[in-house]
Amino acid sequence: MDLTNYIHLEFPSRSANEGFARAAAAAFAAQLDPTLDELGDIKTAVSEAVTNAIVHAYPDQLGKVSMKLRILEGNVLEIAVRDWGRGIPDIDQARQPLFTTGGEERSGMGFTIMESFMDALRVTSKPGQGTKVVMRRRIAPRLRQR
Amino acid sequence: MEIRTGIEGRTLTIALQGELDHHGARELMEGMDRLIEQELPVKTMLDLAGLTFMDSSGIAVILRAKRRMEALGGNLVVVNIPKQAARVLDTAGLGRYVKLI
Repeated sequence: MDLTNYIHLEFPSRSANEGFARAAAAAFAAQLDPTLDELGDIKTAVSEAVTNAIVHAYPDQLGKVSMKLRILEGNVLEIAVRDWGRGIPDIDQARQPLFTTGGEERSGMGFTIMESFMDALRVTSKPGQGTKVVMRRRIAPRLRQR
Repeated sequence: MEIRTGIEGRTLTIALQGELDHHGARELMEGMDRLIEQELPVKTMLDLAGLTFMDSSGIAVILRAKRRMEALGGNLVVVNIPKQAARVLDTAGLGRYVKLI
């Protein structure tokens, strides 16, 4: 797989970093010349993945969250969000719409939105060891207007 | 996240400005609860025109405001929904539960 460009961010699971993570992802994705709608989709999916890590991985303490973005051949953006928290015991259940173990400010729609807004979503998790979410989205090449 | 409010008759308008995510959602929910309890409106209009971003936390905020209004025998209407927020609400099928204009 041809890896043309990447960034790697690591931050503590503070909710203040949710906004930073999606702004950083949008700034990195800008080199693929996305439309505003595509950029909105990327920001939303990143926000859901990072918020999941912050809310669910480390419910009673701060922990490390990693976000890696790669540009792959064919104008594809790959977003990988990883934590080393408590893990998801049943991934199929967690991906069901409206399922949540979060507080009242969570709706249980995070994975549904990630699935709908991205072309591909893969979730791997081990209880006690953490969770990794990898999403891909192809950005349609546009004719540049001058 | 900034809230602007207005009251006209028994209609309460709550206008949100900025980015609505998990970070600010709890404070926003509590602020909206207090406003609804103070004003006891028959109708609450949640105006999203000033939102620059919203993720699924917005769904939870809207559903909570709807429950608060229904407990008072009133209703909630969500108006001026920006495109990005509309996509989040459509994906959740929220239009089946809440009046979105």
